[in-house]
Amino acid sequence: MLEISQLVKRYGHDDPVLKGLDLCVEGNSVVSIVGASGAGKSTLLRCINRLIEPTSGSIRLNGQELSSLKGAPLRQARRRIGMVFQGFNLIDRLTVMENVLAGRLGYVGFFQAWRRRFPPEDIERAFHLMERVGIAQYANKRADELSGGERQRVGVVRALMQEPDILLADEPTASLDPVTSEQIMKLMRALASELSLPVLINIHNVAQARAYTERIVGLRHGRMIFDGTPERFDAAALEEIYGGIEAPDETAVPSVAEGGR
Amino acid sequence: MVATPTERRVWQRYSRRERWTRFVLLLLVVAVLSWAARDVDIFWPWVWDAPAQIYSLADRMWPPDPRRLGEIVEALVETVHIATLATFSTIFVALPIAYLAAQNTTPNRACLWFARFVLVASRSVNTIIWALLFVAIFGPGVLAGILAIMCRSIGFVGKLMGEAIEEIDRRPVEAMEAVGASRPKVILYAVVPQVVPAFFAVIILRWDINIRESTVLGLVGAGGIGVILQGAIDTFAWPTVATILCGIVILVLLGEVLTGWLRSRVL
Repeated sequence: MLEISQLVKRYGHDDPVLKGLDLCVEGNSVVSIVGASGAGKSTLLRCINRLIEPTSGSIRLNGQELSSLKGAPLRQARRRIGMVFQGFNLIDRLTVMENVLAGRLGYVGFFQAWRRRFPPEDIERAFHLMERVGIAQYANKRADELSGGERQRVGVVRALMQEPDILLADEPTASLDPVTSEQIMKLMRALASELSLPVLINIHNVAQARAYTERIVGLRHGRMIFDGTPERFDAAALEEIYGGIEAPDETAVPSVAEGGR
Repeated sequence: MVATPTERRVWQRYSRRERWTRFVLLLLVVAVLSWAARDVDIFWPWVWDAPAQIYSLADRMWPPDPRRLGEIVEALVETVHIATLATFSTIFVALPIAYLAAQNTTPNRACLWFARFVLVASRSVNTIIWALLFVAIFGPGVLAGILAIMCRSIGFVGKLMGEAIEEIDRRPVEAMEAVGASRPKVILYAVVPQVVPAFFAVIILRWDINIRESTVLGLVGAGGIGVILQGAIDTFAWPTVATILCGIVILVLLGEVLTGWLRSRVL
């Protein structure tokens, strides 16, 4: 269970990016976070695994306070938080298998990591997960030889290799074509229920958020202004989140777009 | 439709101000050149005499004397050994320095400035001067040569590798931090793979340069072919000098071919 309370992030003396955010994610629910660029979606996710230092507030994962961790305890906490990135963030010159096993780096020693001597059960888990998402045949290919959708599957498997308690996905489909991005969203939803894993997805595509997640959180200017099921996410909510900032993908949400007129 | 201009439009590449700046800069360059040419003291009769001297020297050198060939080849091999050992040992010093000298990996400002100081110091002193220093410390011989080449190479390799580290893609680093990897493991998985091509390119290039540099080390007594060359010049054994020069040219050409081939294989 992830409990965030009164989370504030301020860069320098500027206006805070996150202004006292409260969020609670339980069980194996898939939650999407929507909002215009600059609303603080990315900052929120990166505060959870501390790629960004929160200014104040509390983040608790399964009862453990994350916001005050440093050094080794922080790294141990990060092992239990998987992250999938918009740009995949793979190591291009390494093979798919090496990229996948990199998800175990928090668990193995330096020498093991260097000599690529991962425990047999890690390798077994890697093959199992790669087969599950359909990339096992690429195990010995270099990561940069794969297509975008395949690369993101590698990213997802790497995160799952961590045996995470929660999965964070920062715009996982924004660099992909529409068909591939639907596949990745379906895959993440399926994996979430198979592994009973809570998933937090930052997403620009409102239609996908409605179709593939069971809860939508709307951010605007660092504040949560919507929290509810996709059914409750109507034209008014859309207008509140995106209104006056940028046109959302209107063709993708015809009912909402019509209702708004 | 374009409206017809009421008067002829003027377009000039440079504004009046730019033309004046360019003119003043040109004058400045001419002034510096003429000052330099006037200031250096060239003894012109020797210049006019040069063709005769070239002919005379070539005459004394021809034909090259192959009698000391065995000794020369041995010294050439030693020259390559100096370059190889120096390049190899450079790696162990230059890579940590490069790590400290790169903005994105250095632990703190003090390390950054220390590393940059080492790099600048290493590069600003010529190999021959390093060699003079080490001959004074360790006495004449190969060791002084190896250390001299190494000291000069650290700056070269360290600077280029530091720049390679600064140019890496940050995203894999972020991903490795997110999985909970410690700093050494982040470097191993996210930094090292990205700088491997640059590393081989730089090391091969430096080895090539070091072969050429180590041919002159002997002039100050730091081993290699230069020792024999110096001896031959001092005793006016011009045919032997000719053989040595031919040997050096062949060695450098071979080095060029080999490094070219290595580069094409590695990259």
